[in-house]
Amino acid sequence: MNGSRPDPDELLAQVQAQEVRSHRGKLKIFFGASAGVGKTFSMLEDAQRRKATGVDVVVGYVEPHGRVETERLLMGLEHLPLLVDVAGASGRSEFNLDAALARKPQLLLVDELAHTNLAGVTPEPRHEKRWQDIEEVLEAGIDVYTTVNVQHLESLSDVVARITGAPQRETVPDHVFEAADEVELIDLPPDDLLQRLKGGKIYVPDQAQRALESFFRKGNLIALRELALRKTADRVDQAMRDYRKQEAVQQPWRTRERLLVCVGPDEQAAIMVRAGKRMADALDAEWLVVYVETPALLQLKDAERNRRIDLMRLAESLGAEAITLGGSSAVDEILEYARTRNVTRILVGKPNRRYRLGFLAGRASTTTRLIEQAADFDVVVVGGEVRDPPSAAITSRIDAADHGAGSDKQRWPHFAKAVGATLIATAICWLMEPTFESPNLVMVYLLAAAVVAVRYGRYPAIVTSVLNVLAFDIVFVPPRLSFAVSDAQYLLTFVIMLVVALIISNLAASVRLQAKVAGHRERRTALLYAMSRKLAAARDRKAMEHAAISHVSEVFDCTTALLLPNGAGRVGPSREKHSRDVLTTVDPGAAQWSFDHGRPAGLGTDTLAGTDVVYLPLVGAKAPQGVLAVKPRNRRRILLPEQFRLLETFAAQIAMALERADLADQAHAAELRAETEVVRNSLLASLSHDLRTPLSAVVAGAATLAERMEDMSPDERRSLATTVRRSAMSVSDHVTSVLDLVRLESGSIRLRLDWYEIDDIAATVLHRLRDRLGTRHVVMDIPATLPALHVDGKLIEQLLENLLDNAIKYTPPESEIRLSAVVRGNQIEVAVADNGPGFESVDPEALFRKFERGTKEGTVGGIGLGLAICRAIVELHGGQIHAEERAPHGALIRVRLPLPAQPPAGLRDDD
Amino acid sequence: MMTNASRAVLVIEDDSEIRAVLRAGLELEGYRVIEAGTGARGLTELQSHRPDLAIVDLGLPDCDGIEVIRKARGWTRIPVIVLSARTQEQQIVAALEAGADDYVTKPFGMRELVARVRVALRHGVRTPDGNSARLRLGRWLVDLEKREITGAGNERLHLTPIEFRILEVLGSHAGMVVTHRQLLSQAWGPGSVEQTHYLRGYMKQLRGKLEEDPSRPRHLLTETGVGYRLVLDE
Repeated sequence: MNGSRPDPDELLAQVQAQEVRSHRGKLKIFFGASAGVGKTFSMLEDAQRRKATGVDVVVGYVEPHGRVETERLLMGLEHLPLLVDVAGASGRSEFNLDAALARKPQLLLVDELAHTNLAGVTPEPRHEKRWQDIEEVLEAGIDVYTTVNVQHLESLSDVVARITGAPQRETVPDHVFEAADEVELIDLPPDDLLQRLKGGKIYVPDQAQRALESFFRKGNLIALRELALRKTADRVDQAMRDYRKQEAVQQPWRTRERLLVCVGPDEQAAIMVRAGKRMADALDAEWLVVYVETPALLQLKDAERNRRIDLMRLAESLGAEAITLGGSSAVDEILEYARTRNVTRILVGKPNRRYRLGFLAGRASTTTRLIEQAADFDVVVVGGEVRDPPSAAITSRIDAADHGAGSDKQRWPHFAKAVGATLIATAICWLMEPTFESPNLVMVYLLAAAVVAVRYGRYPAIVTSVLNVLAFDIVFVPPRLSFAVSDAQYLLTFVIMLVVALIISNLAASVRLQAKVAGHRERRTALLYAMSRKLAAARDRKAMEHAAISHVSEVFDCTTALLLPNGAGRVGPSREKHSRDVLTTVDPGAAQWSFDHGRPAGLGTDTLAGTDVVYLPLVGAKAPQGVLAVKPRNRRRILLPEQFRLLETFAAQIAMALERADLADQAHAAELRAETEVVRNSLLASLSHDLRTPLSAVVAGAATLAERMEDMSPDERRSLATTVRRSAMSVSDHVTSVLDLVRLESGSIRLRLDWYEIDDIAATVLHRLRDRLGTRHVVMDIPATLPALHVDGKLIEQLLENLLDNAIKYTPPESEIRLSAVVRGNQIEVAVADNGPGFESVDPEALFRKFERGTKEGTVGGIGLGLAICRAIVELHGGQIHAEERAPHGALIRVRLPLPAQPPAGLRDDD
Repeated sequence: MMTNASRAVLVIEDDSEIRAVLRAGLELEGYRVIEAGTGARGLTELQSHRPDLAIVDLGLPDCDGIEVIRKARGWTRIPVIVLSARTQEQQIVAALEAGADDYVTKPFGMRELVARVRVALRHGVRTPDGNSARLRLGRWLVDLEKREITGAGNERLHLTPIEFRILEVLGSHAGMVVTHRQLLSQAWGPGSVEQTHYLRGYMKQLRGKLEEDPSRPRHLLTETGVGYRLVLDE
């Protein structure tokens, strides 16, 4: 169908890769089979040619090894300052990454990509490996020339070690080599190389003389040359394939190969991983490295478990996805996982001798069983150099096995119970013996062993099993009360009793352990969910930070700090209060680096690894949110790849939460701005309507009076002057309202609290409003016993005035306005009700917003600030105000004010 | 009604528009008006023209109106009415306690101001001859000298001594505002000036006895945040 169309994902990947590449500097590697083939020389020649064409070339680090030709080529090139060993003892120096980044040449020359940066120079190199320095240089957009020997490629290091007999410690991850834009093979036939060696043209440090003599044997050189040529050919091949893909030299879409490498805790594992890498490369396949943590493996000594850390890291550095699975059966777990991931091939190691001892428990080796059960996969068995696991591992396994049933403290009571179980079983059998055959008695003993196994673990069960056999022999097998056995048949009974008991106890122990493993994982997952929930529920950043720190600290058994950026993009510790979970010793440089580059730093990473703190960037979807610094109490809790990934998951959750908080803040600010905008607009609209209209009346009326006075009758004049006054008063009222609201809402107002009686204030207000009330009837319902209020009297007066004024404004003459006050709980409720038209389907609550009014534009004046002012006053007093519709019609506004403790009684009257 | 022709009113107010309006309004009532745009000028005019009453704006450009009142009170007892913004009740109280007799808040109606001026001038005239010893409050006639209150039907109304003292103080400033502090110190003595809540209790009792509808008083009025005013029937 669409088989000939290029996969869109792949096209996208290509485009992205090109995009990255266009910003990145180009990496050219001068690649050779061994030292002495002339890599540095070729690199410098090339650099000189580039310089001649006007390229800005700078030497970052080149070891001339005292050779004249090399030094001559170095002449005329600018050199960067080096990092120097201050102690000075070794006279060592290092490539200066920061100098390179600051100088920013077009092309930088750095020899020996595989080099491990020395500790002890000042300042401390940022990265452990030179290739990491180079990565950063490339990212800065600087082109780099460098050199690599074939023996330094990670995936080939074991092959090389086998050829030369010397292990390689300085390696370059294959992805660095593969990502190089250009690889130039510097090839020299072995004979010429040996010639150069004899001629002293290859630099050899004195102390390494002998090692090098064995290295530069012709056989070795031929093998290395072949490796280098093959690697280069692979690269060319890959380039060809890429080209074909890119140019849509269309090939049928094929299922991708996916390779799964099974590894165990033994030494074979690293070989397996490298073999997997080579096969995956050859197949152009994705590959996974899977380690199954079975209950048995959980019992391994720490040292062995730590080796797994290295193994998984190696796998990841070679480009594999490293996964740890948990389960009782490695085979089942592997196959299950392989199916879910659409794996096509499974790579397993040759059966280990150790597993052959497993026949006692009826176990075949993992490999054998895997081959039997993996019908739907190609299973590839990798053989070769499988050495016996060191005897220490076996001992440790046996030691570890001892821990199966728990700690020493618990064990002795368990053994006592084991003895007790045998005694009880014997007692029961004693009672049964007259009526039951002896095979049934055996059943009772087996039951006892099974119960002990399930309850107390393997070793008490073994004790019970052995004691059972002895007890059965002594008490029930003739001749009684002696070890002697008259009937040889019973020997078989003993053996079967023992074996069955052992198998049961083993199974029971596995079940217990597996439950423990499952419980552990479940707990971790639960904690992740718990943190997500806490983060989601956190109402402010403070609560969020606290939730993040306490959860991470708990799950990973560590101290934790959150470093959040300030406005200038510098991260610093949050102000979480000190507790045992909070990490206080943070390296700001490492944290900043992690924040800036969005990559982890510190412990267990390749960057600034000389610390015991891990720095994880909190990368949000839009912007980096900060850095999570974690200092583990137990390194394994962090460094295992799946633990590290779990930590990253936590970090991602935290980042998301922080980003969400950020967005919420922004949204809130935007909302505020929008609201301000709305208020400003309605203020302008109100002002233009409610001020301009009466002002026009004032101006026009006064002008008429001034200019046409003589033409008017006294009544006309009076009427016009009255209009002018009414309009002016209305302008004055509006302005006063606006000013009042501003004053009330500015927060600058200080309440002048004193004791007031509401009826007193009401009376004053009604006295003032007496003209405006006209024929409206006011009913006061304020009990004489109503307690006094502790309020700002002037403001409460204004409140009542506004409420009553509002009632007057919106009711026709002859209406009834009811003013009542009553104690409700710990509040005094003051209500103003009328029997006018009510709010007429306007949302009553909206009335309290600024510039709203019951009826739109028109007959009734007032900007609609009255109720907003009321709300401001009530809220200043810690009260609430609500409006509601009254049945059958009318408006009701309730104000609730806190009921204060009452003042002392009045002064005694001397009557 | 006596003629106002001989009466001079000094207006100390920086805004010339308001001065013009005040002049127009007061001259219509028959008063002679002297204007001063600053506090210093006002004090000079006060000494040279010897007006019968002063209207002082609290917000003057050169000095605080309260300061003008305090200085003027050093040598004259003429009534002083203060003009203030509505939200300045604290300053109103301060001005009253510095010696002002009454206040009017802006924006004010001319009728209200003229009424205040009239009451203040009357107070200044009547106090010496003792005519003010009888107060008419609705159906009640209060005789301050005999300490008697008689109703329309000749019935007697009993007041406690403190109630009577309060009524006395308010009556001696009839028509004008009396601050809480002034009332307390004159009714109880200088020790009780902060106990404003006691005062409210007695005012309630007084209203209960003297007002026709105590919930809608017509004579014993509260000036919230400032004090009380006794309004007599004309």
